[in-house]
Amino acid sequence: MTQVAHDETAFAPPAEVEEVELYHPKTFIGKYIWSQDAKVIAIQYSITAIGIGLVALVLSGIMRLQLGFPDTFSFIDPSSYIQNVTIHGMIMVIYLLTALFLGGFGNYLIPLMVGARDMVFPYVNMISYWVYLAAVLVLVASFFAPGGATGAGWTLYPPQAILPGTPGSDWGIVLMLISLALFIVGFTMGGLNYVVTVLQARTRGMSLMRMPLTIWGIFMATILALLAFPALFVSAIMMILDQTIGTSFFMPAVVSMGEQLDYDGGSPILFQHLFWFFGHPEVYIVALPAFGIVSDLISVHARKNIFGYRMMVWAIIAIGALSFIVWAHHMYVSGMHPYFGFFFATTTLIIAVPTALKVYNWVLTLWKGNIRLTVPMLFAIGFIFTFVNGGITGLFLGNVTVDVALSDTYFVVAHFHMVMAVSPILVVFGAIYHWYPKITGRMLNDTLGKTHFWITFLGTYAIYYPMHYLGILGVPRRYYANGVTDFIPESAQSLNAGITVAALIVGVAQLIFIYNLIISYSRGKEAGGNPWEATTLEWQTPDTPPKHGNFGDELPVVYRWAYDYGVPGAELDYIPQNQPPRPTSTDSEA
Amino acid sequence: MTVTLILLAGMMAVIVGWLIRQTTNVSPWVADTGVQEYDNNRNNPDQLQADSVKIGLGVFLAVATSLFALFISAYMMRMELADWSPLNDPDILWFNTAFLVVASVYFQLAHNSVKRLDANKVRTYFLVAGIFTFIFLIGQLEAWRQLSEAGYYLSNNPANAFFYLFTAVHGLHLFGGLWVWCKTTLKFAEAKGKAPEVAIVARSVELCTIYWHFLLVVWLVLFALFIYT
Repeated sequence: MTQVAHDETAFAPPAEVEEVELYHPKTFIGKYIWSQDAKVIAIQYSITAIGIGLVALVLSGIMRLQLGFPDTFSFIDPSSYIQNVTIHGMIMVIYLLTALFLGGFGNYLIPLMVGARDMVFPYVNMISYWVYLAAVLVLVASFFAPGGATGAGWTLYPPQAILPGTPGSDWGIVLMLISLALFIVGFTMGGLNYVVTVLQARTRGMSLMRMPLTIWGIFMATILALLAFPALFVSAIMMILDQTIGTSFFMPAVVSMGEQLDYDGGSPILFQHLFWFFGHPEVYIVALPAFGIVSDLISVHARKNIFGYRMMVWAIIAIGALSFIVWAHHMYVSGMHPYFGFFFATTTLIIAVPTALKVYNWVLTLWKGNIRLTVPMLFAIGFIFTFVNGGITGLFLGNVTVDVALSDTYFVVAHFHMVMAVSPILVVFGAIYHWYPKITGRMLNDTLGKTHFWITFLGTYAIYYPMHYLGILGVPRRYYANGVTDFIPESAQSLNAGITVAALIVGVAQLIFIYNLIISYSRGKEAGGNPWEATTLEWQTPDTPPKHGNFGDELPVVYRWAYDYGVPGAELDYIPQNQPPRPTSTDSEA
Repeated sequence: MTVTLILLAGMMAVIVGWLIRQTTNVSPWVADTGVQEYDNNRNNPDQLQADSVKIGLGVFLAVATSLFALFISAYMMRMELADWSPLNDPDILWFNTAFLVVASVYFQLAHNSVKRLDANKVRTYFLVAGIFTFIFLIGQLEAWRQLSEAGYYLSNNPANAFFYLFTAVHGLHLFGGLWVWCKTTLKFAEAKGKAPEVAIVARSVELCTIYWHFLLVVWLVLFALFIYT
């Protein structure tokens, strides 16, 4: 039973409107192009990210065509294959998932969910988007540069990244690195906003521990990103210098194509350390917002408070802190000292503890809940399955001895696609189905949504499950063709063909989603203010979609946490966060 | 990576410690009007905005700390390899360091004068501080010139490359600071003669002071690194 304050005078007057000077644009361009409204910026971020994500999806389709049906398609050669691998990975991890979770959902949800009118520094926020767009354009431009995009693999390991023989070792790699540097600059501007807004602009009563877990996830992920991205920035700058000026930060003495190059004495391992010092937190930069969002989706659609809210918060904090001391588990095969390997294997396994705790809490939230199998809920539950699958193979790879055998095989591909590609993308879909009604005022089509879910969910299993077997056979990743070997049986090729068919179906099925997004914008069912009967503040705005300034004349006052579902004795099965514990005559409507 | 790890562990400890303090001993499921704790700083929007800007700067400095720590880590890891031959640090660096210290001192003086509401002194100190920073930057360029004349080119040796890289990154940060300094100087011109002259620029002066102190510390660390290796 919910405890309420018993003091008769425990009434808080509505928060005084501290008229923050919002910039109110008058023209179309001011409102939708050079917008300083976090919600518009969020949509700009999301559309750009999804657009470039579709490019990456097409690239993966081309890769699969080659793997499934080798020597059939004349437009794929070894160079373009490895370029597609590289750019696919880079786009999906950074330009799609990071940008969408933090730039997209972060911008849209932080001000609305904590009860702020906008981000604290709207102008900087606007610049953040435009720098991000520039980064995306530079990345796209690298396709059309002489030599094409870089084919160094998304990890961009030197020395091969900048040696002749690797596609795009002239222009491609430089443009890639410039694009990354731009992305980091743009992100830092956005990240400053997210952190300071969460710390400073929460409305009255919104204590840290009353924030929805979505905000916790995005908040912690932003802190990680702010501290980890500099590592990528440092390595990008140093590699640009190696490539253009001929310094030897990372480049060892190399004989390339019979010629002794000018490089001498650099350390490729140094790059790997820097890269993974960014690269591993990056996994959690993507995962933590997904964890947060999925917690809220499950709680809302199971009509039950999240199980162990405080544990969930502490788990997010713990995962965030631990994620900085596990990076070298990506480098077990780089010849590291066994004690190092032991240390990093230990920390890697320890991080499974708070993660598993979260999984238990999601499942326990579902237990005896009044589950509504809406489309967002389907995606949330799908996420739990996929994440557990991907997480468990992570325990295999986290152990040095197992990893040495499985390193650079399709087992690794299957693992990280399950755990940090499919899982977060399921959350992205769930979140879009969940918040689309608030963003546009209309519901997405349910039938299309369910079709999209089942094809995507089952389809991704059809793609990635067999890859585990390929990996155990020892099929190496990133290879254009396997050729004839003793250890890869012919049946592996049939499996590859099957995977390709599944991948193409899943890829095409995403068009259902895009179609749904477009068609529902004008023809969808009217959503009303709070279609899911949720408690959080974004569903309590006076207008749907919320206007600039979010909350009309008065900011809401928060009296409770975000998870008052099914409270015994309450009028409805949910109590909005801004509903006072004891209704009084002066109480405004929730 | 030890340097980075220690620094980041420190930063993480602060962040996590603060978060844990905020999140223990609360019962989030209790609905009440417990809004008092927010009223203190929420009542004054100006103060709130000022605090936000300061926290924003703090977050940026954390990012910059991470950046420089990673650069230094890379330096120390690269240093251990065989081909490293330390460069002769030009003597002008000592003068430059002195200039940057003076700039920082003048910013502090300006900041102190804000408290005493002495508009003229604030303006003078602030301007002097900026000018010394310009001198520092010119001195750094001179150091580059001397080095390249002596044959220490960027691509000869990693020690040279790191020297140019670090001074450039540090200089660019200062340059960004000087841009804010220019904007603030314009603000001074606008504020001249208006009633609370000091109040208009107080925040900018404070932020510049913090930023310059930070960059001074970074420079001292980098300089020490150059001297001892």
